[in-house]
Amino acid sequence: MDFAPSHLVVAPVLIPLLIGALLLFFDERERRLKRTLSLVSAAALLGVAVSLLTRVHAGGDALALVYLVGDWPAPIAINLVADRLSAIMLALTAILAICAIIFSIGRWEKAGPHFHSLMQFLLAGVSGAFLTGDLFNLFVFIEVMLAASYGLVLHGGGQGRVRAGLHYIAINLAASLIFLVGIAMIFGAAGTLNMAELSVRAGEMDGFAGPALATGLAMLGLAFLVKAGMWPLCHWLVPAYSAAAGPVAAMFAILSKVGVYAILRMTHLMPGEEAAFGSTVIFLGGAATLIFGSIGLIASQSMKRAGAYLVLVSSGTLLAAFGMSVEGGTAGGLFYLVSSTLAVSAFFLMVELLEREQGAGSDVLAVTLEAYAEAEAGEESEEADPGVVMPGAVAALGIGFGLLALVLIGLPPLSGFLAKFAILTAVMGPGSPAAGWETAVLASLLVLSGLFALVALARMGIRTFWAPVEPLAPRITLSEAAPICALMLALGLLVFQAGPAVDLFAAAAADLHDPARYLEAVMGAERVAEIRDADT
Amino acid sequence: MELVIAAAIGILTASGVWLILRPRTYQVVIGLALLSYAVNLFIFSMGRLRVNAPPVLDGSGPVDPSAYTDPFPQALVLTAIVIGFATTALFLVVLIVSRGLTGTDHVDGKEG
Repeated sequence: MDFAPSHLVVAPVLIPLLIGALLLFFDERERRLKRTLSLVSAAALLGVAVSLLTRVHAGGDALALVYLVGDWPAPIAINLVADRLSAIMLALTAILAICAIIFSIGRWEKAGPHFHSLMQFLLAGVSGAFLTGDLFNLFVFIEVMLAASYGLVLHGGGQGRVRAGLHYIAINLAASLIFLVGIAMIFGAAGTLNMAELSVRAGEMDGFAGPALATGLAMLGLAFLVKAGMWPLCHWLVPAYSAAAGPVAAMFAILSKVGVYAILRMTHLMPGEEAAFGSTVIFLGGAATLIFGSIGLIASQSMKRAGAYLVLVSSGTLLAAFGMSVEGGTAGGLFYLVSSTLAVSAFFLMVELLEREQGAGSDVLAVTLEAYAEAEAGEESEEADPGVVMPGAVAALGIGFGLLALVLIGLPPLSGFLAKFAILTAVMGPGSPAAGWETAVLASLLVLSGLFALVALARMGIRTFWAPVEPLAPRITLSEAAPICALMLALGLLVFQAGPAVDLFAAAAADLHDPARYLEAVMGAERVAEIRDADT
Repeated sequence: MELVIAAAIGILTASGVWLILRPRTYQVVIGLALLSYAVNLFIFSMGRLRVNAPPVLDGSGPVDPSAYTDPFPQALVLTAIVIGFATTALFLVVLIVSRGLTGTDHVDGKEG
């Protein structure tokens, strides 16, 4: 008898959690061991995610793999559900984690204690948030993720990080309280927190319970939108992301997507007349975020701030596309989600290489490095000065920056263009529903945000590569170049394998827009004991 | 009973919101603590208010659900208290670090 597939669903939570806890027992000087374990865990996460993806996508009729925690019967148990969307998000998380961990070998893992443990706990929280099918469990996993991110945003120390971290923690604590109020109201109205059961019960509600449920869902949405960075709830995001260390910021690119994911999941599970629950608000918020992010992008003086605004632009585009509540638009949005997250992550890593020569934070970093280097005098002293001046490094960085810019702006032939094109085709191409004012707003904003990104990134590239104030001589190690190349390769794969990728995203979007099959899989999940009885 | 609970939640929330909008980090911490008390009470009240009804079944004989109060929100509150406690403690540490680095307890790290 083989129960392995169903236990695979809980592995993305357990592996990082156990490895993260294990790493706490080793001294900070055991760096090689720590980074190896950390990398193994992230690689295992990628393996599990890809395996889950092939099972639910290519493996016949099984739409979603459901894991009942503790083997309680279906609607009572806390369940973990791996469907296409969850598996895509997990794979994306694992790719970013591998790249961030490899990148941190160069210098950041030495800049403070417990970097790898925090990274693993972050992974456990993010994976859990993508998998869980229970609202309170989602809250717990998001808190795990946030607690680890509080540590990571402060990683490296310094006044700027502490100030940004203080604001980041305060706003997220407040958002968590709103989240709890929302959960409580939903429980009071519907008597369940299981997402699938909630979806079933929401359809047959009458009297006071209906408005109470809607209010609870709106509170929940507010908390998710704070995390997704929707204007006007996004003012914490730019300082926090631009203060964070390079690999941390690269990993944080997925955090705002957790909010977007939760919105996408919940809105489509709730029964609505024509559009998904609250889609007008989400559309308008997304459009406002897109405007705010684009203006911020051309106004930002440093590249890290520009990276943070690119996160906002990405969130805005996604919310606006998902707010259209059109199946093709959701599919295109998912394509954009993967493409923009990879690109923003690579952008943060690249900025780290470019800015550390002239960066204002480098003096602070030098102090912290000194403080931590004292503890391990004598070992690995050749790593004290990371990197050598590589011939042609500037050229390579310049080409990389140019390619990334093409993705982020959305110019052909790279994946940013394909994603935007997919969104626009779905909402205004042949066979699309009747065009309204929303279509016009979305189309013009997508094009205009591309123009704004073009102006900002072109100016940045010229200032950095063609007309620098002081000649650029970046010191790059292989461990810092490799993750950027890997992310670019992943982006390239999205272009060369665009056909299968679009099929996958379209299937994921179809699942979302027809929740009946998801409900069937979750509500009909069989306990291990029942399967065993049936077999014998 | 309902009036007392509702008033308690309202007063705690109002005080909490006022305090987290204040410029001193300590006021923000206390504000968040008050807000979390309000939220915990709110979750608790969402299981309906019952007096003299136990949440745990005694396990002997047939069970009459109407004689018991809903144990579920109580379990949720317990989890929420633990998580709120941990994150507030973490916030307190960051606050002290910020105080040490900047020499002021203003939330922006500088006066004015």
